[in-house]
Amino acid sequence: MKPAPFAYHKAASLADAIALLGQHSDARLLAGGQSLIATLNMRLSAPTLLIDINGIAGLAEIAVQDRAGKSFVEIGALVRHAQAERSDLIARHAPLIARAMPFIAHPAIRTRGTLGGSIAFADPAAEMPACLLALDGEVDAQGPDGKSTIKAADYFQGLYETALGSQDVLTGFRVPAADKDSRFGFAELARRHGDYAIVGLAASARAHGAGLADVRLAFFGVGNTPLRAEKSEAALAAGDIEAAVAALDLDPHDDIQATPEVKKHLAGVLLRRVAAQLMEAR
Amino acid sequence: MKIVADSPPVLTALDRPNSYIGRAVPRPNLHRLTQGRGQYVSDVNLPRMAHVAFLRTPHAHARIVSIDTGAAKKSPGVIAVVTGAELAKVMTPWVGVLTHLKGLKSAQQYPIAVDRACWQGEAVCAVVAKSRAQAEDACELIDIAYEELPPVVDVELALDGQTPVIHAELGDNLCFERKLDVGEVDKALAGADAVVETTFMFGRHTGVTNEPRSIVADWNEGDRRLTVYQGTQAPHMMQNLFAKHLDLAEHQVRVLTKDVGGSFGIKVHCYADEMATVALAKLLKRPVKFVADRIESFVTDIHARDHRIKAKIGVTRDGTITAFEIDDLTGIGPYSVYPRTSGIEANQVVNLVGGPYTCPNYRAQTRVVFQNKNVMCQYRAVGHPIAVAVTEGLVELAAARIGMDPLELRRRNLFPDDGYPAQSASGLKFEQLSHHEALAHLDGMMNYAGLRAEQAELRKKGIYRGIGFASFIEVTNPSAAFYGVGGAKITSQDGATVKLDPQGTLTLQSGVTEQGQGTESVLAQVVATSFGISMDKVRIVLGDTDATPYGGGTWASRAAGIGGEAAWQAGKALRDNVLAVAGAMLQAKPEALDIRDGIVVDKANGAERLPLTELARVAYFRPDTLPPGFQAELVATRHYVPRGWPFAFTNGIQASYLEVDTDTGFVKLLRHWCVEDCGTIINPQLVNEQIRGGVVQGIGAALFEQCLYDERGQMMNGNMADYLVPMAGEMPDIDCGHVVSPTADSELGAKGAGEAGTAGAPACIMNAINDALRPLGAQPLTDMPFTPGKILRALGKV
Repeated sequence: MKPAPFAYHKAASLADAIALLGQHSDARLLAGGQSLIATLNMRLSAPTLLIDINGIAGLAEIAVQDRAGKSFVEIGALVRHAQAERSDLIARHAPLIARAMPFIAHPAIRTRGTLGGSIAFADPAAEMPACLLALDGEVDAQGPDGKSTIKAADYFQGLYETALGSQDVLTGFRVPAADKDSRFGFAELARRHGDYAIVGLAASARAHGAGLADVRLAFFGVGNTPLRAEKSEAALAAGDIEAAVAALDLDPHDDIQATPEVKKHLAGVLLRRVAAQLMEAR
Repeated sequence: MKIVADSPPVLTALDRPNSYIGRAVPRPNLHRLTQGRGQYVSDVNLPRMAHVAFLRTPHAHARIVSIDTGAAKKSPGVIAVVTGAELAKVMTPWVGVLTHLKGLKSAQQYPIAVDRACWQGEAVCAVVAKSRAQAEDACELIDIAYEELPPVVDVELALDGQTPVIHAELGDNLCFERKLDVGEVDKALAGADAVVETTFMFGRHTGVTNEPRSIVADWNEGDRRLTVYQGTQAPHMMQNLFAKHLDLAEHQVRVLTKDVGGSFGIKVHCYADEMATVALAKLLKRPVKFVADRIESFVTDIHARDHRIKAKIGVTRDGTITAFEIDDLTGIGPYSVYPRTSGIEANQVVNLVGGPYTCPNYRAQTRVVFQNKNVMCQYRAVGHPIAVAVTEGLVELAAARIGMDPLELRRRNLFPDDGYPAQSASGLKFEQLSHHEALAHLDGMMNYAGLRAEQAELRKKGIYRGIGFASFIEVTNPSAAFYGVGGAKITSQDGATVKLDPQGTLTLQSGVTEQGQGTESVLAQVVATSFGISMDKVRIVLGDTDATPYGGGTWASRAAGIGGEAAWQAGKALRDNVLAVAGAMLQAKPEALDIRDGIVVDKANGAERLPLTELARVAYFRPDTLPPGFQAELVATRHYVPRGWPFAFTNGIQASYLEVDTDTGFVKLLRHWCVEDCGTIINPQLVNEQIRGGVVQGIGAALFEQCLYDERGQMMNGNMADYLVPMAGEMPDIDCGHVVSPTADSELGAKGAGEAGTAGAPACIMNAINDALRPLGAQPLTDMPFTPGKILRALGKV
């Protein structure tokens, strides 16, 4: 199929993009285009205007910065998956993201697709939204009223729904930089490498004596958004993996690849595997 | 995938000087394709060419109450909006039946549905516009009122009397049925020490080609001729169909098929939307292009393999198989596909079950029913993956039941290698097969004993690996028995014309086609060898009904065995003609001469006498210097059709080694082996590529691929994200081995190699999974594809 007719505008600046979003209520932002273009070509969406943000300067940087005495990894909205995959800064300071990268689609898609686009699109089966939630990160947006920062916990609101306003541009996001006590785990089950996961789990914790503290488990592919499993987190912090599995209270819908029962069972399997990763010394 | 070759030295009878037979020479078309200079139909652009897009029904079954095309006709770029009723005045409908499938019935099918749409995706209106995008824009403006009709989706209910009949004029939903009862099945089952009974399910799937179906049709009113550029496997068959349904003579139709991006049997059928494109070109008197997109491919490319088979095997304690019994039910969509019919797959299942084994007692029944889903028809290895999975699944379940090694049970029942000719219980005739040699070769290649030891060791650590086998037979090189006797204009013979060019090179025209499998290479190797010239001096011309001898094209693994033999004979005939010229020029006896590497030589000692360049110069430009009355004939044509046997059966055995993650139900494929016997191997690399590609498609059936429909007849996963084709990352290394039993029906002795991989792989994977899970007491898995969910259920984990 061919897309329905649309106009194309290459935004010169954030202000330009934001202004255009204000003038065209059905405009869509084009970043990597790896989800958007497919939906256009299948005529699942038909915006009248695509606003290309790829030319906007300053959105493709990865940096480590201190904010209020804490160290953060700052990732610009236009950072490509491939760029993150090869980044030493990501590998050292955001190892959970580094671990998730190879699971995301295929090299060609990772070359074009952006981390910001994945978070803005908020596919509930995608890896990046779950990583953001597991890492307790936050999203930077800019709109007609200026800049805002949204905590991951407040950002994912429903199926493909986020806290971004209709005229907001996601400009980047940040996650706390890892230190020697940080622990991470990541696993997903997909029928073929690169497919959206049937179930996935991104996790972070802090080493606390021989055990764990601040456990954050973010499941994906099991609901309308990435989901925390807070009861299981508590059980895991108490050192009881089986109790953590028993405490899983996910209520997944079925999809084309798996029934709810299968997803729930697999979520338990992943929790055991990821718990083992969290408990390994870094 | 690592390429592991295990090719024995091949043949001496064909081993002429500078022979290419048995050599892995590179494909001559490699550079054309890798440099992007292939000629696929999408590459064809003609002056005034328009593009058609089809509006397709969203309902599985609906009456078309009205079609309002007013707004669409005014849409930018639109040339015409044409309904089924309007197109029915240009092209006649067809019915997909063959007379040798007794009782097979179907309904009239039109290029575009006329008053009723019978499956989700059937075209109900066409828009022709200056671009495909404009045509699609206009499709959105067509207003169709439908009256939804109850869809028939469940094959088990299709014949129950309460389910609506899809085509009232046919009386019921039964397309075809066949029964077979050979030997004494009841007595043999009663006399068995163990009877294993189970139900096998096969997921409906499709052959996802890299290049979708595509066609450009051009009606030239001045010449009164139709030229069709089409990605098809059978140009002459399509020429006949276009002519027949447009009421033209065949010589008024030219079909051109250059490069084709994969077919797998998908492109050997008559598709309503392609027929409509041709009819639109005639109606509008201008070229019209149709390239199926991926979404319409999934709901219109033929599906296959949707079978439910209840099956039984009897076996004695000493490992003698006493009987096979099957009851097959399959749903083939609302129409039997034209012109090959949708009864062939079920018919093949009946023919092939039990085929490798001497067991004389066999009862089979198949019923083929209509339903409101996309049509099913012949896809790579037609019927074989089903029959092999049923047979080999039963054999391994029986082996487990009596506690016998699965290879040993096979050894005791396979047709003996020295017992040919032989005939199966169903009546298949075998010229010469090599089941035991293939099995022994496989046993060694895979280090079976070593793998069994490793398997046992790992089980102690909670790692569950399985080994599964599948012996198989495969129909190749079909004679007229396949379609011709049933009244279809599908030729089983093929022709080759070879000519000596003025610079001493060769041009070969052949009726078989290139779908990416390497036909051009095989033909060039064969003719270069039989004539006596180097391959780089041979040009191959395929896929043009104006230029090539009448032929069947590429299907049923026939291109090398039939097209290759015609080319072999044509090369020999031209060599004789050329040597007659050489004899006249050299005042020598032609029979004392030969052609080697493009030079006429003395046959006895190889002494060079005359280069072909010089011979051709004289023959074409100074024929006045040749003896009076001598006429050089520098073109030769030969045809070939298998006559000795209805089919050249091939055989082989495959094995799979895999690991089941019993926590997740995921299967990791560790290794796959295939030993096959396709007779003379012309190009071992191409044969191995065919085997490996075929195995991968078989793995797709076993683990990944299924066209999922809901209870309303809606396909739920018709896209590349949700329909899982097998991908390289999940594939194991595939080792190929060969046994060579040439067919004596041809001089070349080549049988087909294109489908054996697909035939055996699903059974192997199934058997290996069940072998892995047997110690855990899991119920055997017989419902393909084997998804994690099904495996977890078998393990009682969900």
